[in-house]
Amino acid sequence: MSADALAPVAGPQPDSTGHFGRFGGRFVPEALVAALDELDGAWRTAIADESFRAEFGALLRDYAGTPSLLYEARRFSAKVGARVLLKREDLNHTGAHKVRNVLGQALLTKRMGKTRVIAETGAGQHGVATATAAALFDLECVVYMGEVDTERQALNVARMRMLGATVVPVTTGSRTLKDAMNEAMRDWVANVDETHYLIGTAAGPHPFPAMVRDFVRGIGDEARQQCLDLTGGLPDAVTACVGGGSNALGIFHAFVGDPDVRLYGFEAGGDGVTTSRHAASITGGSAGVLHGARTYVLQDADGQTLESHSISAGLDYPGVGPEHAWLHDSGRANYLPVTDDEAMAAFELLCRTEGIIPAIESAHALAGTVTLAPKLAAELGREPTIVVNLSGRGDKDVHTAGDYFGILDKER
Amino acid sequence: MSRIGVAFDKARADGRALLVGCMPAGFPSVEGSIAAMTAMVEAGVDVIEVEIPYSDPVMDGPVIQKASDIALAGGVRTADTLRIVEAVAATGAPVVTMTYWNPIERYGVDVFARDLAAAGGTGLITPDLIPDEADEWLAASDAHGLDRTFLVSPSSTDARVAMTVEHCRGFVYATAVMGVTGARSRTSDAAPTLVSRVREFTDLPVGVGLGVGTGAQASTVAGYADGVIVGSALVRCLLDAPSEADGLAALRTLSAELAEGVRTPTR
Ligand SMILES: Cc1ncc(COP(=O)(O)O)c(C=O)c1O
Repeated sequence: MSADALAPVAGPQPDSTGHFGRFGGRFVPEALVAALDELDGAWRTAIADESFRAEFGALLRDYAGTPSLLYEARRFSAKVGARVLLKREDLNHTGAHKVRNVLGQALLTKRMGKTRVIAETGAGQHGVATATAAALFDLECVVYMGEVDTERQALNVARMRMLGATVVPVTTGSRTLKDAMNEAMRDWVANVDETHYLIGTAAGPHPFPAMVRDFVRGIGDEARQQCLDLTGGLPDAVTACVGGGSNALGIFHAFVGDPDVRLYGFEAGGDGVTTSRHAASITGGSAGVLHGARTYVLQDADGQTLESHSISAGLDYPGVGPEHAWLHDSGRANYLPVTDDEAMAAFELLCRTEGIIPAIESAHALAGTVTLAPKLAAELGREPTIVVNLSGRGDKDVHTAGDYFGILDKER
Repeated sequence: MSRIGVAFDKARADGRALLVGCMPAGFPSVEGSIAAMTAMVEAGVDVIEVEIPYSDPVMDGPVIQKASDIALAGGVRTADTLRIVEAVAATGAPVVTMTYWNPIERYGVDVFARDLAAAGGTGLITPDLIPDEADEWLAASDAHGLDRTFLVSPSSTDARVAMTVEHCRGFVYATAVMGVTGARSRTSDAAPTLVSRVREFTDLPVGVGLGVGTGAQASTVAGYADGVIVGSALVRCLLDAPSEADGLAALRTLSAELAEGVRTPTR
């Protein structure tokens, strides 16, 4: 199945200049346009090239360990009141769906003859994945990370360094993910000849949103077939957490053309979208321009970006990929917020019922599913089947979760 | 012709370049930025570029980032920028506004154009808005008689230079280096080439910015460009000073040095 994860499929595409309806596009310094055009050209050529697709497919299979399993979580299902099938992206190498994107972009970097990759990271997951691919492909790697995050995620900083990457703490602005992204953009403008900016989610200027989506859309292609094989039909709903939006688009894309499959994206509601402490750009933000695209943004009355808050570092971002903004406006996908507390309750439930420690990001998808299941059951008059994208594993979150549940022994 | 166009013409006739000095609005405070910009005009800066501070300024280096952060922390609003434009325009110097796109979209593109024109601003420099995405701004600037300065870069293809300058009015902004704002010890080798490429496609004046910080550099750039755009070096005068009065004194000294530079082009 993963032998040709890039084979052409039907599904929504942006227009030739990267617009999904009124969203997307390129709001970037002119200095970057040449590089974006180069990337777009390299990308179009690569996906039409059998050998590139074969190479990517082989890496996904032999290195990343895909296709990931679609696992029927029976004990979790019984608690939730739905037949819950987990797409086990947590079992991939490096522990999340993100490896698919970095392998694809690293291959493309080689094809463009570039020798250096840069990345932004919040929790460090994308940074670790990028450092991994850079080691595998012998590329120089610099990862920008907000100073606040380097302190919160010291272990991931060490992992990146072990893999040979340089981690640059970003001390400007709010010193978190959005500022790391600003700093990566500044680096890219200055070093664009030899450098590829390996963006970690389906956001940013065209062609990143569509390209990243395509690199991860194997998740949905696999899950759709696996669900057919397992249940003899399509699911009633597909759910995922939404930070920048890559794992959600990755699993949605294959189902967008199936009108009976409901699509649900769960955003980080933090303390609640009615408070100022959340990261729900679609349900709690408004249309604007951030990091190269028009999309939903958390912003104040003057268009200044607001700081986001979430217990999940990977969802703690004040924007979202433009394709989600468009899927929201078109009504094809539904977006709902999940609070920190709801996510942590679902985190615990999965641990205790299935022996699987999810990433806190993915716990948002689980929590949304818990709320969705009875509503869907009532609507359908039967037990619904729900495919949940378990986008990553929780090893990185043990400290945060231990803190939350108060189960860490005091330091001696 | 726009007021900036007239000023460029006059400078050309005088055999010199125009000096454009940039400051973030509201840095170090609203009143402080009016005082700083007024001091710059008095010391010989021809055109004031008022930058709207923005939370995510991807084209700016550390100096302007820091000044913007200070301005935002001080609570400056987009409406304050318009007040600053109005106060500085009263000195008689043309005032152009430089802004990232989201604050304008949020304010309302047409409403902002109307209010900027009413405040006496000449137009906008848009570092993250390329003509490809600018339909609304093209219409609003036409409706309110404002100039449009888009950027060209050493990496721009000829086709993009041609397309970009076709959409400019007032002057064209040539970014001298591949990089962000910030004074550099050497002026750019790429800039003269870029300026001559721009001149193949337009008679509009060309301003060169990014990295200029001394009178000698201003003189060098004045040798091939119509305008010399200085930002970080001026901002640093205020950032580094122990007091506001010292900052203004340093700002006057540097402005005068730069003004002398653009009047003695190196050819
Ligand atoms: C496991 C996991 N899931 C989800 C996300 C959120 O990103 P996206 O919305 O692009 O899938 C992250 C980001 O770090 C992550 O590590």
